[in-house]
Amino acid sequence: MDQSLYLISFIALAALATVATRALPFLFLSRHSQHPLLEYLGRYLPPVLMVLLVVYAVSDLPMANQQWVISLGSLILLAVTQWLSKNALLSIALGSLLYMLLI
Amino acid sequence: MHLFRLSLPVLFGYLPLGMAFGVLFVTELGLDWYWAVAFSVIVFAGSAQFLSVGLIANHAGLLEVFVAVFLLNSRHIFYGLTLLSSLKLTGWRKAYMVFALTDETFSLITGLPKESGLQQQDYWRLAGINQSYWVFGTLIGALLGAQLTLPDLGLEIVLPALFVVLAVEQYRTHRAAGLMLIACLIGLIAIWLWQDQMLLLSITTALVLMLINYLRQRWTSHSI
Repeated sequence: MDQSLYLISFIALAALATVATRALPFLFLSRHSQHPLLEYLGRYLPPVLMVLLVVYAVSDLPMANQQWVISLGSLILLAVTQWLSKNALLSIALGSLLYMLLI
Repeated sequence: MHLFRLSLPVLFGYLPLGMAFGVLFVTELGLDWYWAVAFSVIVFAGSAQFLSVGLIANHAGLLEVFVAVFLLNSRHIFYGLTLLSSLKLTGWRKAYMVFALTDETFSLITGLPKESGLQQQDYWRLAGINQSYWVFGTLIGALLGAQLTLPDLGLEIVLPALFVVLAVEQYRTHRAAGLMLIACLIGLIAIWLWQDQMLLLSITTALVLMLINYLRQRWTSHSI
């Protein structure tokens, strides 16, 4: 597919998917806001999804020739910093800097 | 001026993050700056935009794009549910408010103290001010990124970094270690089985397992 066409379809679908999540309650869900399935998914889907996204994103990092030590090491430093400081900008800056210096 | 002061915390978050998105987008993908700006104007969803960089780099299928972005943003469904009865805006103002209901705007308008004296009419303006920070940050970042001549800074770390932060915060809130460990296993198996469609495969598997678990829980609680 032509690059511009791909990007335009990509933006359109990403926008549609985003708006769908924000508009759904106003359009359909007003009578189901207490439904136990919604409560269950609302509680447990986000942690599951975040882990899957971590695995997805990490799989794009360089892993060959001991580079995995740098990749995983900086992310572990980042996770520990975030756990202790609760400061997202600080943790991302620290972890990314370590990675970018070593890789 | 009053609205500007209220939006300052969002400014400090959106400007650097928007810039990071702009830089990452043009340097990782080698695309023109206006594509990055188009994402921030039309899609306007922080973590989904960062994920998009990875998805475009991998030439992800459009179905995978839709499913991944929808589920990543699915937390917004619960923002809408919270505002359902209290949001009094109508017409295009309401439409824009719903379109621009990001994490930050939601927490800003639901966390406002009573004495802030804010009218409903100010909500969509506040949402608009917040989006302008995001778009402006993206623009600066994308233009800066286009000037960078260094071939490889190692910026690919930003996407996993963002999701690790979000995962840590999810763990802090829910302490669902077992669940997250299973999710990790599913993710690794999905990469091993079908790397090209890893997200679609792992998200679908996780959703099916969660539905089964939900039905099982309902079943046992009813039969007691």
